[in-house]
Amino acid sequence: MAALFGQDALTDNGPGYAFSQAPSSAAGGIRERSFYPYTDNGGSTLGIAGEDFTILAGDTRSTSGYNINTRYAPKVFKIGGDDSEGTNATIILSVVGFAADGQILKERLDTIVKMYRYQHGKPMSVKACAQRLSTILYGKRFFPYYVHAILGGLDEEGKGALYSYDPVGSYEREQCRAGGAAASLIMPFLDNQVNFKNQYVPESGEGHALQERPRVPLKRKETEELVRDAFTSAVERHIEVGDGLQMLVVTKDGVEEIYSPLKRD
Amino acid sequence: MDTLVAQYSRPLFENEGSSQEEQLELIQTLPPLSLKFALPPIAQPSAFLRATTDDHSNPDCPIKIAHGTTTLAFRFKGGIIVATDSRATAGNWIASQTVKKVIEINNCLLGTMAGGAAGTMCAGVTPQEGPALYYIDSDGTRLAGNLFCVGSGQTFAYGVLDAEYSYDLEDEAALELGRRSILAATHRDAYSGGFINLYHVKEDGWVKHGFSDTNPIFWKTKLDKGEFSNVTSELD
Repeated sequence: MAALFGQDALTDNGPGYAFSQAPSSAAGGIRERSFYPYTDNGGSTLGIAGEDFTILAGDTRSTSGYNINTRYAPKVFKIGGDDSEGTNATIILSVVGFAADGQILKERLDTIVKMYRYQHGKPMSVKACAQRLSTILYGKRFFPYYVHAILGGLDEEGKGALYSYDPVGSYEREQCRAGGAAASLIMPFLDNQVNFKNQYVPESGEGHALQERPRVPLKRKETEELVRDAFTSAVERHIEVGDGLQMLVVTKDGVEEIYSPLKRD
Repeated sequence: MDTLVAQYSRPLFENEGSSQEEQLELIQTLPPLSLKFALPPIAQPSAFLRATTDDHSNPDCPIKIAHGTTTLAFRFKGGIIVATDSRATAGNWIASQTVKKVIEINNCLLGTMAGGAAGTMCAGVTPQEGPALYYIDSDGTRLAGNLFCVGSGQTFAYGVLDAEYSYDLEDEAALELGRRSILAATHRDAYSGGFINLYHVKEDGWVKHGFSDTNPIFWKTKLDKGEFSNVTSELD
């Protein structure tokens, strides 16, 4: 037990670390202090890249444990706009996990993208922004932001671009990605409905003669419906998801915000 | 008196908010050349990191970092073959099936990556060394060699590769061996799967030989070549 109190904290290779939130006392009036800076605020996010648009969506519930903190806490943000409202922004970011870390991450990226524009006189490309976000996350490799981030925008050719990140900055450009509490509920649905995974051309044969259903770029209208279906379904089966659905859609005309209610139970 | 107090006392909230340095860092558009890593303000950052992110020593860790992999590379007379799977896992969750684990450094250098404590490989042709292959890992090991498999599925890949490997392989046979070794690993190692990423490094640069789904390759290998005969569709 003595090892836990870290009288030899620097050289001790034992556990030396506890997750318990409350300081616990032991004989001799020694008190153990623990350091657990994270909270999981629940909720879920999802992004889909289309032919000439990208959608990022998130529910607006914030929880800690079984408590609902608020029914409206946005998880999707505009990055690098003209002002604090994000006017004229062309890049969007969603963060889910620990809301405070998410907030700071959004703030840092927003500042950097704004400074880039002031210094270079042109907006930052999504590709550059994606690489920069990875660097920010990796800068905290040994004290990570507890977040799953998804970045959206349009690439140099005007095609929908979507990048997803693990908490320490490993990232990949993808067509679709779900993050957060209900990721495991939504992602398989997206694999099937966006990338047509495990869908085959009827009567194309058996075994390796089976032909995969050809992939076609999704239309914006049907993509929005897909996002809504994903969330209404997640709300039915996950306690941390609900209250409201916030969608940000980037097109060549800018960023549009769509809010619709979800079940509040 | 007041001036004296002001001179020798510090403002009450001096240490509140971001420091001058932190503010400067915040508005800097370019990351510093030497990465400055944030550390948790405790005696043992390593213990904190292990408790929060190391799935192996703490299966309940809150932050799951994506890893798990099979990568391989070998030298032969026609150059170097580099092959990887494409799966990333976080605990039991398949985080991605489409990871690009081969890093195209330039037109004649390739790197491979494997998450967690596993290492990376570096393959390339240089005028000084000819075709060169190195294994490097996070604690500084650097080995030159002819053949490496790395990651959770390395043993399965070695099994196939060691059995069939020869330095005098023709290009097509070498590519097929790389593909078949990764296929074996994706079949037996649950942490490997997705797509097979194949590269051939030659004297005048590397050539990509596809990013192909393992499933049809598996069935093709089974039905056309009669391998994987332990897999049957009958239940008896």
